[in-house]
Amino acid sequence: MEKIEVRGLRKIYGGNPERAIALLEKGQSKQQILEETGCTVAIQEASFDVKAGEIFVIMGLSGSGKSTVLRCLNRLIEPSAGSVHVDGVDVTRADRAGLLDVRRRKMAMVFQNFGLLPHRSIIRNVEYGLEMQGLERRESRPKAMQALELVGLKGYEEKLPRELSGGMQQRVGLARAIATDAEILLMDEAFSALDPLIRRQMQDELLELQSRMNKTIVFITHDLDEALKLGGRIVIMKDGCIAQLGTPEEILRSPADDYVRAFVEHVDRTKVLTARAIMRRPESVVHPKDGPALAVKRMRESGTSTLFVTNQARKLVGLVRIEDTLRLMAENKHSLEGALVTDLPTTSPDTPLAKLVAVAATTQIPIAVVAEDQSFLGIVSRATLLASIAGEQH
Amino acid sequence: MSTLKIGEGFEELIDWLGTRGAPVFDAIRSVLTACINGLESALLLPPSYAIITVLMVLAWRLSGLGTAVFTALGMLLIQDMGLWKATMETLALVLCSAMVALVLGIPLGIWAAYSRVVERVLRPALDLMQTMPAFVYLIPAVLFFRLGKVPGVVATVIFAMPPAVRLTNLGIRQVPTEVVEAAIAFGATPRQTLLNVQLPIAVPTLLAGVNQTIMLSLSMVVISAMIGAGGLGEQVLKGITQLRIGLGFESGIAVVILAIVLDRLTHALGKPRARSS
Repeated sequence: MEKIEVRGLRKIYGGNPERAIALLEKGQSKQQILEETGCTVAIQEASFDVKAGEIFVIMGLSGSGKSTVLRCLNRLIEPSAGSVHVDGVDVTRADRAGLLDVRRRKMAMVFQNFGLLPHRSIIRNVEYGLEMQGLERRESRPKAMQALELVGLKGYEEKLPRELSGGMQQRVGLARAIATDAEILLMDEAFSALDPLIRRQMQDELLELQSRMNKTIVFITHDLDEALKLGGRIVIMKDGCIAQLGTPEEILRSPADDYVRAFVEHVDRTKVLTARAIMRRPESVVHPKDGPALAVKRMRESGTSTLFVTNQARKLVGLVRIEDTLRLMAENKHSLEGALVTDLPTTSPDTPLAKLVAVAATTQIPIAVVAEDQSFLGIVSRATLLASIAGEQH
Repeated sequence: MSTLKIGEGFEELIDWLGTRGAPVFDAIRSVLTACINGLESALLLPPSYAIITVLMVLAWRLSGLGTAVFTALGMLLIQDMGLWKATMETLALVLCSAMVALVLGIPLGIWAAYSRVVERVLRPALDLMQTMPAFVYLIPAVLFFRLGKVPGVVATVIFAMPPAVRLTNLGIRQVPTEVVEAAIAFGATPRQTLLNVQLPIAVPTLLAGVNQTIMLSLSMVVISAMIGAGGLGEQVLKGITQLRIGLGFESGIAVVILAIVLDRLTHALGKPRARSS
């Protein structure tokens, strides 16, 4: 069971949604339906799952229906059809009390223009969700203070929202959402109203907070760079439909259609693609105890002049070069140990390509990708690196 | 007379209301009478200096020293002109009318903010109330409530209520959508949203409506005096009908002073003051 399961979600504005849905099912377009029924289709069809603990980004341009989808999750907008299960319970069928409970305890929302209560002090704003949960002031105050501290706004408790900068106001919005202890955060273009510099800073802070809080976050944005940076998985919406759903890498590497392709064209892929995405399995490796003869044979077979050496547990030990191996053979040695080079370029699988370029510039040999426990995962050659940056499929 | 006999129809309606509605009108009459008498006693029983002091302190706290000084001097001038009783009668009438107008107008304004249909129905009704010459509804008011202060209050309420409705409606509609959404998203009921979010944010606009209502009530003083509502309006009328230019002028001045004091007091209410958390 996923944290949030959305199935067949539709939203139609206008007098005759049933008829519009019938027409949608027959495959008519938004435009045709508008002409025939006068109804506006905001969401044609959306189905997706959000996993617990992930940042799920819904990306699209204005009018794509992304904000409507988000608002259907907590029924700020009543969906016309479909279901939204949160922890297995269908929110769309919840009664008044059930819905209030979902809003108060399960989901907390962060808004584009912050949505702070202008007549209340900062701390009273942060307490708002707790107040709705029915907490007394003496219970809610410490929680609110803690949340405010978490976003770095200690000392601003008694200010009014208008006395704070945009970035700070959005921290208050974030603190208000965090304070409720809801497991799900709905973030509606939360950083779009901020200056680019502040926006990037807030993105970093969100990622940092998320690594500690482990919430399930549904994040709406129109900014692809933001989507790629934050999203564990991304949904790209177009005209009220899902154009593609996938990880940032999947979307960059294999766009589902021309629309998505046009989107990702201008993305700086060196910042998004990581070593894991482009690394190749090494064709062959040898163990230290294997003799030089075997190593030379393997190198001949794969047409390379170097060979990586791993131990029994597939941990990287080093590499050997063809000239050193041949020397060992001539000296009639039975172990590779004399030729082992251990000082070699390595990288973690999550390193973005932009950083790999710097490493590749200093060495001729391929870069070894190793996990934290030194397991040998793959190699990135200079040729692969250049091809990936150029956007070539492989 | 028009071919559609609008006038005759209206007459018949008034006749019918006059006979059928008598118990209702009598009830309204006694409530309003009690309200006006209560206010009048409250204003006239204490010595005038006490009232002046209270007004002055109010003006000082709400608005500032300037208004306080003006209030004190103005009120003393009124007393000096021998118009204290008439002024207090008028103040009672104005406060009573404004209270009724607000008690009816603010909920109507809230309703209009929530429902487009209500807003659409109310708009022409409010236009009618504000633009129909007041004399036209003075006559039915007298038929229903007889002569005196009560029909004066009723006519004043009709004329002074529209801004309370309009500005309450506007104030609530002006609350940013996202703020209302935020309240709902965190689980506020419609009632909690209205009381904790929409109304508090609408307060400045709402108070502008209160101010307008009071000022419009005051502008009805002379007209309602024609049906025996008394007060300063009666003095002005006396000045006109008996050609006592001096009395007319003095009463006019008293109306102006009262207007300025009430305006500054209610205007100051709407301004953001030091926050009390």
